[in-house]
Amino acid sequence: MADSTCYHCGDDCGNHGVRFDDKDFCCNGCKTVYEIFTSNGLATYYEIEAKAGTTPNEIRKKYDFLDNQEIVEKLVEFNEEGVQVVSLSIPTIHCSSCIWVLENLNRLHSAITVSQVDFPQKTIRVTYKTEDFSLKALVLLLGSIGYEPYISLEEYNKKGKKVDRSLIYKLGVAGFAFGNVMLFSFPEYFEVQEFWLDQYKVVFRWLMFAFSLPVVFYAGQDYFISAYKGLRSKMLNIDVPIALGILALFLRSTVDIVFDLGSGFFDSLTGLVFFLLLGKFFQQRTYAYLSFERDYKSYFPIAVTRLNTSGVEENVQIYNVEVGDRILIRSHEIIPVDGILIKGNAEIDYSFVTGESEAVFRESGEKLFAGGKQLGDVLEVEVLKTVSQSYLTQLWGNSVFSKDKVSHFQSLTDSIGKRFTIAVLSIATLATVFWMIYLPSMAMNVFTSVLIIACPCAIALAAPFTLGNILRIFGKHKFYLKNANVIERLAKIDTAIFDKTGTLTTNQKEAIVYEGMALTDEETALLKTTLRASNHPLSRSLYDILKSNAIMTLDEFQEHTGKGIEGRVKEHSIKVGSASYVGKEASPSMTSTAVYVSADEDVKGRFVFKNTYRKGLGEIFETLSTEMDLGVLSGDNDGERPILENILPKKTKMAFNQKPEDKLEYIKELQKKHSVLMVGDGLNDAGALAQSDVGIAVSENINVFSPACDGILDASKIKLLPRFIKLSKGAVKIIKMSFLLSLCYNVVGLYFAVTGQLQPVIAAILMPLSSISIVVFTTVATNYLGKGLKNIEI
Amino acid sequence: MSVIYVLLAISVTVAVAFFAAFVLSVKSGQYDDTYTPSVRMLFEDEIVKDKDNSNLNNQKSNKNSTNQ
Repeated sequence: MADSTCYHCGDDCGNHGVRFDDKDFCCNGCKTVYEIFTSNGLATYYEIEAKAGTTPNEIRKKYDFLDNQEIVEKLVEFNEEGVQVVSLSIPTIHCSSCIWVLENLNRLHSAITVSQVDFPQKTIRVTYKTEDFSLKALVLLLGSIGYEPYISLEEYNKKGKKVDRSLIYKLGVAGFAFGNVMLFSFPEYFEVQEFWLDQYKVVFRWLMFAFSLPVVFYAGQDYFISAYKGLRSKMLNIDVPIALGILALFLRSTVDIVFDLGSGFFDSLTGLVFFLLLGKFFQQRTYAYLSFERDYKSYFPIAVTRLNTSGVEENVQIYNVEVGDRILIRSHEIIPVDGILIKGNAEIDYSFVTGESEAVFRESGEKLFAGGKQLGDVLEVEVLKTVSQSYLTQLWGNSVFSKDKVSHFQSLTDSIGKRFTIAVLSIATLATVFWMIYLPSMAMNVFTSVLIIACPCAIALAAPFTLGNILRIFGKHKFYLKNANVIERLAKIDTAIFDKTGTLTTNQKEAIVYEGMALTDEETALLKTTLRASNHPLSRSLYDILKSNAIMTLDEFQEHTGKGIEGRVKEHSIKVGSASYVGKEASPSMTSTAVYVSADEDVKGRFVFKNTYRKGLGEIFETLSTEMDLGVLSGDNDGERPILENILPKKTKMAFNQKPEDKLEYIKELQKKHSVLMVGDGLNDAGALAQSDVGIAVSENINVFSPACDGILDASKIKLLPRFIKLSKGAVKIIKMSFLLSLCYNVVGLYFAVTGQLQPVIAAILMPLSSISIVVFTTVATNYLGKGLKNIEI
Repeated sequence: MSVIYVLLAISVTVAVAFFAAFVLSVKSGQYDDTYTPSVRMLFEDEIVKDKDNSNLNNQKSNKNSTNQ
């Protein structure tokens, strides 16, 4: 055990760890959580799973808006007689220890009566008495133990959202009917000519009829609706032959039992619907805790602090902010509206809006745009435009965001379905015409038999099972897709466009290079001590790379927001910050961020922060370039062009200084000839992601934030992207093979149907057999493909 | 002879009863979260342990047996 890891969160303690109670902690936050847990008898937390915790963030006045009862009223689910129930989304829930501690919240505060975790959704539902407790207190309590809830504008007004369980009901109905009908039709399979059975045949048949009613009219209704919609828009989708098949099965069987012609096909009918719904259910598996529809709402705060005319602070809901209001923006808060800076030093990180990683400085009187994050101190801002009219939010007014990509894409199944329907109908007609002439009494029998046996159950199952399985394989490798349709679209991609900042580069490991006179050991130690006191992101990353173990006690420390920091020990002082702050002219051609250092008023040099590119980028581009055109879009200036040209293949197109709308237009232009994949990360790519055929958001932490997209890819897996695309193409091939396989079954079935020999028992064997063999084939084939992915990773 | 009707009635009633139970369980949200209960079930005993601090420092934290 050379290096110690934090007892609470498992992070490396580095050399600034805290030792407490004979255990190592990486920071004071973790130590505090440990103290809270142990003093409340919750230490089992550490036994369920080792190093389970997450470091709590500092929560200052961020949740003051929860004092506003109007907002609380909107957030809670239930609020009566001193009891409130609230569901909160907690992105940091990740293991069984989390579940345990969150479900034992009542030990931390007696007002909490029940708390229940929904792990897949990453939410917690808490019931508490409002007597000496409040929502704000609850949120702060959760924050203090490292489970800060995520409350955004999106949460507002989403109350009363119903979970759609209709598919489970339908599946239940179909499965229930299928099982019973199978039992009832069993005697007739063997055509036992026994007096006793003959006697009760009618009863069994009408019972089967009764059971099939809910299947046709409830469980199968989606197919009729979809077929009707398809026909109305003059499209022959796969649901048309399915609906025809179900209808033919039902009518033929009813006629059969009414006129005592046979036992009908109720077993096949219920089985068919059951299998089809099973396929749908399998494909429907999605990632409940991920949101693919996020827009600015999930990013913006729910309320802001407003200064009223007499200068008193009050919390108002963001939609109630009006033009001319004065609002306060605290450190690390998002600016929700366009406005003019009145007071304070603005250091705004616009990376979500523009992709520019470097914070910009603004002085009073200058305009601030919504979406920026204030890094410095408190700002006072006068509102120029309301939330819905702001520059950033207007991007969502663009029609691309209301467009549904699925409905514009003809899936493989539907395109086959079209030809299939035409073929089935012509065979049915031909056979009927033949029998009309040859033996008219058989004509109707043959016509319905063809429709029944040709019902493309297996075809309709091939895609859901293949894609559903691929979806799960992708999920295992941290590539989360919105729905199965995306896989088919991904297989058709011939152009891939990447965003630069945050997508090709990482935000976390910035390469820092020191230029200038070497610092003495003493100066380094002083520098490190000074940096330790600052919370600025640049200070944090600089602090992490400096190699010095000596921690001194500062005699003096000052932070000049937007400029730099200053520390002094005895007669030595050190200044870190912008060029002008330490007393140096900034070099005009600077394209990257730099922090200047001066010791005892003597400029020593500067630390240059460079974007680091993700590992293996060259390989990814190399692999992809054999199959598609590539491009890079960046909101940054072109300072990185030579480096990019060095890493990436020669024919990669590059465009710099692209605003969000420019990116959208760029993709649109490409789409005239190509099928475009967009890989991006921030809000600035949102338009391009929505416009592209497939938009994938790369995310360092999939729980935090990603714009509306078709898929979320964990940043650590970006090197697998070419494999994912290849796998999608493989999936489409599997579906095509399954189509061939099911066609074979159909040919066999059609032989019986056309020759007028179709017995219910043949249909009852053939239909499940074809369905099951397709399911087995697709599952085995996709798992085989998925295995290749696993090998790559090792 | 008519015993078959009785048998059918019974079997259908039983089947429908189970079906109704299924619908009710879906409605009450039992199938919304299929993971957490499987973990929660394992926790019930731990709470008793909390009061007794000596139990807490077992295998995982045995390096600090001198705790407190």
